[in-house]
Amino acid sequence: MTERKTPMLDELEKGPWPSFVTDLKRAAEKNDSVKDLIAQLEQSYEEKKGHWKHGGIVGVRGYGAGVIGRYSDEPEKYPNIAEFHTLRINSPAGWFYDTKTLRNVCDMWEEHGSGLLNLHGTTGDIILLGTKTNELQPTFDAFSDAGFDLGGSGSGLRSPSACCGPARCEWACYDTLDVCDNLTHEYQDEMHRPMWPYKFKFKFSGCPNDCVASIARSDLSVIGTWRDTLRINQEEIKNYANSGMDIQGRVCEKCPTKALTFNSETKELFVKAEDCTRCMHCINVLPKAVRPGKEKGATLMIGGKSTILRSAFLSWVIVPFMPLEAPYTELKDLIARIWEWWDEHGKTRERIGELIYRLGMGNFLRAVDLPPVPQMVKEPRANPYIFWQADEVIKADEATK
Amino acid sequence: MSRTDLGPPDYKEMLPPVIKENYGQWLYHEYLKPGVMKHVSEKGDALYTIRIGSPRLVGLDTVRELCDLADKYCDGYLRFTSRHNVELLVSNEANVDPLLAELKQKGMPVGGTGNSISNIVHTQGWIHCHTPATDASGIVKAVMDDLYDYFTHDDLLPARLRVAMACCLNMCGAVHCSDIAILGIHRTPPRIDHTKVSKVCEIPTVIASCPTAAIKPDPKNKSVKVTEEKCMYCGNCYTMCPAMEIMDPLNDGIAILVGGKVSNSRTAPGFSRLAIPFLPNNAPRWPEVTEAVRNIVETWAKDAKKGERMGEWISRIGWERFFDRTGIPFTDKHIDDYIFSIPTFRTTTNFKW
Repeated sequence: MTERKTPMLDELEKGPWPSFVTDLKRAAEKNDSVKDLIAQLEQSYEEKKGHWKHGGIVGVRGYGAGVIGRYSDEPEKYPNIAEFHTLRINSPAGWFYDTKTLRNVCDMWEEHGSGLLNLHGTTGDIILLGTKTNELQPTFDAFSDAGFDLGGSGSGLRSPSACCGPARCEWACYDTLDVCDNLTHEYQDEMHRPMWPYKFKFKFSGCPNDCVASIARSDLSVIGTWRDTLRINQEEIKNYANSGMDIQGRVCEKCPTKALTFNSETKELFVKAEDCTRCMHCINVLPKAVRPGKEKGATLMIGGKSTILRSAFLSWVIVPFMPLEAPYTELKDLIARIWEWWDEHGKTRERIGELIYRLGMGNFLRAVDLPPVPQMVKEPRANPYIFWQADEVIKADEATK
Repeated sequence: MSRTDLGPPDYKEMLPPVIKENYGQWLYHEYLKPGVMKHVSEKGDALYTIRIGSPRLVGLDTVRELCDLADKYCDGYLRFTSRHNVELLVSNEANVDPLLAELKQKGMPVGGTGNSISNIVHTQGWIHCHTPATDASGIVKAVMDDLYDYFTHDDLLPARLRVAMACCLNMCGAVHCSDIAILGIHRTPPRIDHTKVSKVCEIPTVIASCPTAAIKPDPKNKSVKVTEEKCMYCGNCYTMCPAMEIMDPLNDGIAILVGGKVSNSRTAPGFSRLAIPFLPNNAPRWPEVTEAVRNIVETWAKDAKKGERMGEWISRIGWERFFDRTGIPFTDKHIDDYIFSIPTFRTTTNFKW
């Protein structure tokens, strides 16, 4: 155990924003591994360099995922973090908790690990930050007995996540929490025993505001939308207008398709339904007066990811509208076809978006049996290099018949 | 023997009664003050949400304190947001003000709603990652201290501000669609330990991992070699092979990208674009980074129209004006030379001076 002065980290206890250093120091009072962690971090701050060794495979029985091995590169100096592994615990959909459950998480983690955690990791798991190899199985056993399970890691399904959805949002166009929970239970094997070319992420957003960044951060983005027209409550429009809201300026003029008109005399708002692209702007500004339509479902998009390796992609539309009702059979059938194609053709560490870029969207759509529709593209191709299928051209022997 | 493949706990059991009774029946919401939302259901029931900032990396004392607050004021229910904020869920209106008073007394920041900066989504950094170019929690703390008033107020900015931080180019924080992205970068090629490569790495996988085909076999050394002028320091080879050390304290640092978003509201979601190619790693408080972020935020706040996100402002005024008004120098580093560079070049005579 190393106790040392930490003048650099101490600087991060100043200022009004809650300090992780203060949390580290409080945790260090009860746990020697955190004392070493603080000392090693101070060294990183001095040297401008991380001090964790590369990788290392550790895990719990029956699983190939959910545990990330972590070892200090100076174990003699910091023996209590010679092993300091992470467990990813799959959080309940929407990150809602009762305190009994959360206190239980605290008690278990106090017994088995460093007492440090992330609420939450960027993919959405509860991240238990730091324990020893021989504590991994007992930690998992305790969490499992308490009704928790591990999340995903490596080349498998990563823990799906969802916005708060119908639990607390009037804009949810499908039950994000239920779809997330249902699919997570359906695909336990894909999550816990990685066997794909690379990772695969689902994120479920209830509306086009996309509060879980589904379009940027998930291989299959499921984003709520509606097919019919906006619902407008004219009484509430009047209330907004009377309260001084500049409806013409802040709503109509900002409408990207100019689908809205405001009658300033009658104080009524009208939408030209066929021009509305359901962007949410008017709903965001006038939440009491404008609501999504009634025919609700989701747009499915594929390929979102960040830069590694062949540039960042935003997800591309593959199904403009799919109603989503339990048991979500149509969605699951499509997922099965997507995974089968990716599994067959993907190279090691090739995300689905990169595979589609390499082999072509046409091949992908034919393989997963999705019909091409104009909603999939911003504009058609500007070149004539078209792949024709065998049954689309006339063979010489047929022509002579 | 513990059970496997249980899946996550049932979210339905984590919901407060007011949510169970009004699930899917919410009618509208309003912002009562910064960090305080009121959701009203079709039945007329109301739920008050108090949003507070968190360092994300927390100890058990903090989590138990949050539980104490939730027990005292929220019937024992709380949630976390996709941006690491904590939301205390109050069903009894009479509890709102006492809760706010206690949060103020404890120094816990309430805010992050409406036209404010929300919490910074971020990664592990030096605290727990093996490939970081910088720390994450420390920079987030320094930047949030500096922009604190923009968290606790919702009338100082033209629109919402979403900042994200990733400590290397792997971008676990997926910062690429943020109003402001703070990104740890490497600037020098990997240093190969030829004695280790054949022992700890699978050479074909390492070669395939390079996006610019800069890695070639080196049969003489039973190793690989790197064509340095082709390397753009992504570190993907290091992820595949520990013998390709990429961290370089002399040269690692921070890049700032701006103008991205994920929401479909008004304009399509889009990527953040490079504003500042490099800032030094000056721990513990990264003054160059906090100053650069503040400059961009305040230039936008002064110049944008009401409701205009960072990227919408930049596309209205043009990138020429962005560099002009922020005083950020435009360099050869801003011109893309990676895979999809061509669409970023100007193909019209229409531009501004």
